Amino acid sequence: MIQTAVTIAIICLALSMLALVYRIIIGPTLPDRIVALDAVGVNIVGIVALICIKVDTTAYVEFILLFGILAFIGTVAFSKYLEKGVIIDHDRDR
Amino acid sequence: MIEIANIIIVIFIILGAFFHLIAALGVIRLPDVYTRNHAASKAATLGVLCILLAAFFYFYFHESEFNTRVLLCIVFMFLTAPVAGHLLGRAAYHHGVKMKGSKVDDYQEYLEIKKSNEQQKYEEFKKKLGKNL
Repeated sequence: MIQTAVTIAIICLALSMLALVYRIIIGPTLPDRIVALDAVGVNIVGIVALICIKVDTTAYVEFILLFGILAFIGTVAFSKYLEKGVIIDHDRDR
Repeated sequence: MIEIANIIIVIFIILGAFFHLIAALGVIRLPDVYTRNHAASKAATLGVLCILLAAFFYFYFHESEFNTRVLLCIVFMFLTAPVAGHLLGRAAYHHGVKMKGSKVDDYQEYLEIKKSNEQQKYEEFKKKLGKNL
């Protein structure tokens, strides 16, 4: 029962990833693309957790943790770049 | 016992996949970047929380292993996803993306007055908005 549910869920997540990639390609502005990229990161975490259940191992859990941190740092760097054009700045005005 | 656990795990997995599909649908269909950001950050976070909870229950009931790393993943996703959504919305505003179907933008006016450094204009603007500035 669990195996069937996991297969269906992986197909659903792959479809939603396809939709997000479509938005990355056609997105009218740059923030649209970055929003979709952030959602792709969350989606990859979900797929890896499902694969953990499917092949019955805990070996990929570290990957989930690491990838969550990396996706968050990437999103922060992208949004800082969008806001000012630099990633590390020193003024605290806004 | 194990059958009840299986049913709980399957319900969480299907719920997670459903929320991911909702998030992708929102990102495709909604009109501008703020609503898309709303769909992506809220629904996708709820979906991934459901799937990680299903993984935790699976390891707990089938392998009798209390996996704290999965719980750590859940806490971390729950902490970082709203911060990332807020940063993206703010960055999109400062990048100059307009909200679709809206003509009023009080914050832009406020920023211009603040940049021009005129005290009288600032007082007038404050009076116009009331106390909540």
